[in-house]
Amino acid sequence: MSTTSLDGVGHDSAGTNYLNAKRGIMSWLFTIDHKRIGVMYLVTVLTFFLAGGLLALGVRAELFTPEGDLFSANTYNRLFTLHGAIMVFLVLVPAIPATLGNFVLPLQLGTLDVAFPKLNLASFHIYVLGACFLLFVLITGGVDTGWTFYTPYSSGGGADGHVVFALMGAFILGFSSILTGLNFIVTIHKMRAPGVTWGRLPLFLWAIYATSVIQVLATPVIAITLFLLMFENIVGIGIFDPALGGDPVLFQHFFWFYSHPVVYVMALPAFGVISETVTIHSRRHIFGYTAIAASSVAIAAIGFLIWGHHMYVSGQSELSGTIFSMLTFGVGLPTAIKLLSWIATLYKGSIRMNTVMLYTLAFLWIFAIGGLTGLFLATLATDVHLHDTYFVVAHFHYVMMGGVLFALIAGMHHWWPKITGKMFNESIAKVSWVVVFVGYNLTFFPQFIAGSRGMPRRYHQYIPEFELWNQLSTIGSFTFGLGLFMVLGYLLQSIFKGEKAPANPWGGVSLEWEALSPPVEHNFSGPVVCTKGPYDFPEAVSPVGHDH
Amino acid sequence: MNSLLLPLLGARAAEAAEGATFWMPPQASTTAADSDFVFYFIYWTCVVFFTIMMGAVGYFVLAYRQKSENDKVPLMKGSHALEIGWSLIPAVFMAGMFWFGFQVWIDLAVPPADSMEVRVTGQKWSWSYAYKHDGKIIKEAGADAECMKKVTDPTRDIECNKPLRVPAGKPVKLVMNSIDVLHSFYVPDFRVKKDVVPGRYTVLWFEAPEPGEHNIFCTEYCGDKHGYMYSKVIVMPPAEFDAWIQKRADETVDGPRPGDQIFAQEGCTGCHTTDGSPSVGPSMKGLYGKTEKLADGSSVQVDDNYLRESILVPGAKVVEGFAPTMPPFQGRLSDEEVSNLIDYIKTLAE
Repeated sequence: MSTTSLDGVGHDSAGTNYLNAKRGIMSWLFTIDHKRIGVMYLVTVLTFFLAGGLLALGVRAELFTPEGDLFSANTYNRLFTLHGAIMVFLVLVPAIPATLGNFVLPLQLGTLDVAFPKLNLASFHIYVLGACFLLFVLITGGVDTGWTFYTPYSSGGGADGHVVFALMGAFILGFSSILTGLNFIVTIHKMRAPGVTWGRLPLFLWAIYATSVIQVLATPVIAITLFLLMFENIVGIGIFDPALGGDPVLFQHFFWFYSHPVVYVMALPAFGVISETVTIHSRRHIFGYTAIAASSVAIAAIGFLIWGHHMYVSGQSELSGTIFSMLTFGVGLPTAIKLLSWIATLYKGSIRMNTVMLYTLAFLWIFAIGGLTGLFLATLATDVHLHDTYFVVAHFHYVMMGGVLFALIAGMHHWWPKITGKMFNESIAKVSWVVVFVGYNLTFFPQFIAGSRGMPRRYHQYIPEFELWNQLSTIGSFTFGLGLFMVLGYLLQSIFKGEKAPANPWGGVSLEWEALSPPVEHNFSGPVVCTKGPYDFPEAVSPVGHDH
Repeated sequence: MNSLLLPLLGARAAEAAEGATFWMPPQASTTAADSDFVFYFIYWTCVVFFTIMMGAVGYFVLAYRQKSENDKVPLMKGSHALEIGWSLIPAVFMAGMFWFGFQVWIDLAVPPADSMEVRVTGQKWSWSYAYKHDGKIIKEAGADAECMKKVTDPTRDIECNKPLRVPAGKPVKLVMNSIDVLHSFYVPDFRVKKDVVPGRYTVLWFEAPEPGEHNIFCTEYCGDKHGYMYSKVIVMPPAEFDAWIQKRADETVDGPRPGDQIFAQEGCTGCHTTDGSPSVGPSMKGLYGKTEKLADGSSVQVDDNYLRESILVPGAKVVEGFAPTMPPFQGRLSDEEVSNLIDYIKTLAE
């Protein structure tokens, strides 16, 4: 995507950039620069990830032995509730769109900022507010319901009433994602630089676009659920609580009608990152641009129709289960198309085995396992056996946590030079990759085995038959944690001691690589014009494909 | 027990059991083999596809690794033939998965007409079972006294919950209900699972062809002792089962049960001890006559009326330091049974 800046490459004589243009904590907290907002999101999200991760290590430590000996049952239940809620609501949902999305989106569009910069800042403040509110409620309320808040356990007993406030926290956070989504939709529609046609939109932005649409449409459902719960608690009319004549299964419908599409809010941006990294670092044009872009939109659409696959054994009708199973396979197809297109992109490429590519390949491995194991859970007969066992735990960690995290790490390394202006140490990064990849798989693969052999999830203690698989998993989790600390270490080190990054270290042709590293305050030194597609690398010679 | 080796041996021993494979526990119901067929159909499909995909990735990475910055790559933006091909082939396999899964699903949804019916009640944190035989209702609930003597770890006493006894070779239909929160009834060896929901009945059926013992797990999170809420299903030779149920019918007398029996059968022991140690709820030892401080700051003397109210509507006056998690027994116990239960609690006063 060759571009023309009016003043040439945009040398900034003063050496100022978005990081040093203004100084002081207030210049960060009240900035309307999308890049600074992206960085603040990144720091916040990673902090919550660290907290959620330490809680997970607590859970894994308890499960090292079959006896419930490390924590009391109640403490254990609060640990996994906090772990799940933090990871889902505070980490995975904003993990990519709010961090890398915020930073990269206007740059890839060749524009100054998002459409509504002040709204963007408001989204961040609302996110922080919602996060504090949710954490305060979960911790002081002693919520031990699991992140799914199923009624009637959540509406009575120990967590009495707190689920209303917890959902309120989720709703405040949801408001933040609605505003971010809205902002991104308008920005993509209205603020593309000349020459950035829909067909030249980087696939990362197609993914962010589809994600934003889901956020805007699905999040209001959590508000409806919240309203109904409050109505039940205050007026005493039975909606979900069987003691009042309500239906607890109805709550599950509401919950998953929101929470299932949210799975794609997490996954689609990850797909977007991989579409960028797999191309730039193999120097190949993406295989099937239209298919990948269209499958993002298809996944977003079908994602709204399959919430009931969480509920095959919940007591909903057998017919509903059958229809949901059929529809669920419908979402498997576009996902398979993406995976195969990424693999085909590597064919006859010029593949750089750098850290970004290693994390991209790890993503393909992990996401293939996550996606394929989803087939067992989409199928009715096998899901009856596997539902709510560790097989499900392993599956959604492979998809949500593995998929999102490995894409986030790939994306962070990919755009690190752009964000910080510094290069990280490739050798240490590669060693850490080995630890992270091995640790990850050792943590979660044994959980498939324990699960298919019958170990239920959310168990404080378990029968000794499952001990081996749990011990492997616990060893894996600490290895994984160690690897992630190594990543944190060399990334931080690079900020202070890293080599200075050139504007375009990877030879990318999408517009963000036209900006300096780190970019100046208003991104580009002059108007930007886009003249070719985001994957038209100079290495490409004479077309050999039959079409296009 | 904590070494890595022992469970490995244990796992190997388990694999020798009937129909057990690396991934699956023993097949102990008539539908388990069908369910496992679906599992392994998906499994091998996945293994093949995964190997092809990752094999391709591995080959591409080795064959097309960057040699120099000046490498040339072909301009290839896609191929409709390939894209259609790799959409259709997975679609065919997915249709197969859906169809096979659907067949077993239908089998699991329709209990045979000649099924023996057992009522299952889930509550925090035990299962109880009720049979109909000889015009009597036979309740199997509470802890087994023999087993309790052997248990040293008090947190594991739920292992002693009375098992679900069923005859081999006869379909059994469970009509299930919960008195408090969601639970889920899961027997891995049978490959069956169904949520147990307050306010409605859910149905699950199985037929175990051979005698044996199988674990029952609760698979819907239900609070503190969720991980301890297990029980066993004991599949008996039909003749033995008939003799057992007849014996139980003979033992069952109509009319109100004595207090100690109610205390054992209604799940009270799950949360209340009789030896003075606090558990999820206050201990019954020395309770009667005592003055309890309540969560709202007031206090109350434990008399007959307080006990009656606390059994029927437990949320009314909750003792300080305890969570209001007990389900109401209003409508579940007759007046006489409530009185008998109070009498029993009185005997624990000293």
